[in-house]
Amino acid sequence: MLDFPKWKVWLIGIVIAIGVLLSIPSLIAGTPLGASWPKWLPQYRISLGLDLAGGSHLLLEADAADAQKQRLQGMEDSVQTELRRDPAIDIGDISTQGGRLSFLVRDPTKIDAAVERMRDLTKPVALTGNRDWDVQVVDSTRVVLTPTPTGTIKAMKDAMSVARDVVRRRIDPGGTKEITVVTEGSNRVLVEVPGVENPDALKKLIGQTARLEFKLVDQSANPQDVQQGRAPAGSQVLPMADGSGFIAVKRRVMVSGDQLVDAKQSFDQDGRPDIDITFNTAGARRFGRVTQENVNKPFAIILDDKVLSAPNINEPILGGRAQISGSFTVQSAHDLAVSLASGKLPVKLNVIEERSIGPDLGKDSIHKGVIASAVSIALVVVFMLVTYGRFGVYANIALVVNAFLILGIMAMFNATLTLPGIAGFILTIGAAVDANVLINERIREEIRRGRRLLDAVETGYKEAFRAIFDANVTHVISAAIMAYFGSGPVRGFAVVLLIGVVTSVFTAVYFTRMLVALWIRRTRPRELHI
Amino acid sequence: MKLLKLVPENTNLDFMRWRNVALVLSLIATVTSISYTVYRGLNLGVDFVGGQLIRVSFAQQVDVEQLRSKVDSMHLGEASITQFGGPKTFQIRLPKPPGGDAAANSVATKVKQEVEKDYPGAKIESVDTVSGKVSEELADNSAIAIALAMLGIAIYIWFRFEWQFGVGALLTLAHDIAMTLGFFAFTRLQVDLNVVAAFLTIVGYSLNDTVVIYDRIREDLRKYRKMAILPLINLSLNETLARTVVTSLTVLLALGVLMLIGPEVIFGLAIAIFLGVLIGTYSSIYISAPVLVWLGVKPDSFLKPEEKDAAQPETA
Repeated sequence: MLDFPKWKVWLIGIVIAIGVLLSIPSLIAGTPLGASWPKWLPQYRISLGLDLAGGSHLLLEADAADAQKQRLQGMEDSVQTELRRDPAIDIGDISTQGGRLSFLVRDPTKIDAAVERMRDLTKPVALTGNRDWDVQVVDSTRVVLTPTPTGTIKAMKDAMSVARDVVRRRIDPGGTKEITVVTEGSNRVLVEVPGVENPDALKKLIGQTARLEFKLVDQSANPQDVQQGRAPAGSQVLPMADGSGFIAVKRRVMVSGDQLVDAKQSFDQDGRPDIDITFNTAGARRFGRVTQENVNKPFAIILDDKVLSAPNINEPILGGRAQISGSFTVQSAHDLAVSLASGKLPVKLNVIEERSIGPDLGKDSIHKGVIASAVSIALVVVFMLVTYGRFGVYANIALVVNAFLILGIMAMFNATLTLPGIAGFILTIGAAVDANVLINERIREEIRRGRRLLDAVETGYKEAFRAIFDANVTHVISAAIMAYFGSGPVRGFAVVLLIGVVTSVFTAVYFTRMLVALWIRRTRPRELHI
Repeated sequence: MKLLKLVPENTNLDFMRWRNVALVLSLIATVTSISYTVYRGLNLGVDFVGGQLIRVSFAQQVDVEQLRSKVDSMHLGEASITQFGGPKTFQIRLPKPPGGDAAANSVATKVKQEVEKDYPGAKIESVDTVSGKVSEELADNSAIAIALAMLGIAIYIWFRFEWQFGVGALLTLAHDIAMTLGFFAFTRLQVDLNVVAAFLTIVGYSLNDTVVIYDRIREDLRKYRKMAILPLINLSLNETLARTVVTSLTVLLALGVLMLIGPEVIFGLAIAIFLGVLIGTYSSIYISAPVLVWLGVKPDSFLKPEEKDAAQPETA
């Protein structure tokens, strides 16, 4: 028991010093002291959960049907571009019905050449040996492309990681805010933005797919057929964004939003809000050529399958800059500009969970939480003192050290403190107290049984440790399960509990044991007051 | 300084004398609790059934009936309005809108606009919108978490002690959770995600108590091999009584403070744990320990087989 080598004392001392040092930045954050914390010392900080700091939490889920639709559309564009390189292959009747892309090759002798070109468009999916699309010939005239299951999974995964980046760029174009945007599972994105009081603005930004396309208006279409949804071959009917009816456009995408480098909200000559867009070099060249070849024809500007406007091409637009007009407000033009500049979402995202907490509620909760914690710790400290005297003092020192260590470790891992986290904190303090109660009660017992002082203390620590160990393992089991299955607040609770179990065994058992050993060695007491 | 001793030294209470009475009482309480919970159901929060919860704090006193008719006039389904925390703070709870997940978003916005228009100075403190899909997942995950935690702990106890102890721990837990569920069904306190954390804490705390007592029973079984099981359990319970009382009181003290002056948002959590500690303390004495008697734990349960052989008198 007294055999407590110097190096152990130093080791325990250093661990505690580091813990305290790590916890200080979190404790003084936001006070004048926070600014004067030296730069060369550790700067780790605990971040406050949304329930404490206020902010918005959005869980978005990919719309599977839309993902499939967008993938088919993308493939259709690639197919048309690819087959245009060989003018001998004349195709028609492109369809994306039933989740498959199929088209007719008019000259049956060219079907092999078409299939060959299709095979070049498909890609192997890493490690699976499968390709992302199946290419088949039906009735020796139709080529059918079917997405393979592995290809679909891979495409969803890729889409989600692009979606995550797009969402981040839309919410935080400057890249300066402390926001969290992470993918969860196979088809979800979690967004947490501290301090935003109006989540509606957020949702508007995220809610738009922002797929921008320029297509030629099909002027040959019969207006009556168009209003009934019928379009000539090679064309499609799209609704106007302002609800004023329908319009027929050629299926072929002349220029797409993928080729934009920038988009800004601006005003047209009449002072109406519009959007200035800038193409990249390839896009500018293409846009120039298309406008040159189609002067005096209407050009449809299509956003997410709705036609914003279909202005006439008065003259070739060669500089790679253009304006999108439509019935915008300043706000909606601005939102659309941000969305266009950040790229299109590869899949539509639906909000399936939303939580927003005003900053005042959070502040009030922190305030009350801190006061309640302080009062309950004070009560426990007094209680331990009157129950165990000197040993109570040691337990109390251990308690305070424990609190610092928990905060320090949380700061080191940049863990998030939530309200249930505060409850977990108090519970941990309770567990630490229990460890000391077990030890001290056991020492009392051993003294009653007539053991000598040193022997009693030694046995007390040894016998009590078994129960402390088993009890803490059960805590670890439930905390680990909570951390794995729990969401948000529950996880915050589990994290504090897990850290607390480790620190409280360390402080309540090893640290107090050191204090007791040092005391006995120094004063050689003859009798124990416990 | 005279130190406080809440429990006198060398107590010799005959806990096990009442074990059958306690069993009957516990059984009645458990069955009542479960049937009541099944009958009335829990007041599940939006986390588990989906819907929306909007917390509003007003600048002035508000007539609840007026607010209710205001919200009802928006035809958003059956709204429930309750006071929350201070006298000027209310929660408005709305069911899932029929139009699917996307529709939920516009509803919250609508309520917000209406309330802010009619009650100047009113502030929306928080909005929770949980879709049916997410709430189902949260409910499933929570149930799985509680079940897994119970199972994991019981298996651990089985490995560390004996199978009878594992069964005892499991029965104790089942009792504690049944009682806590009954409490929530009776008080109509809202069961949200925070409360799940509380459930798991109760699981942990009750086990903590049970483990301490089991540890002492194991120790005494090894020490006093000739002693009959009932007096031995009584002895172990008395030996750990001081610890049981001191620890429970400390935790209750801390939780009591949290309940009285802590933030409203965690009241449900605090009261669940507070109650769990009371129930856990009772059950660790009157369920964990007697179960060992019924399952036939004997002084030689902890002996290795060869030691058992050595303890048997030679017959041949």
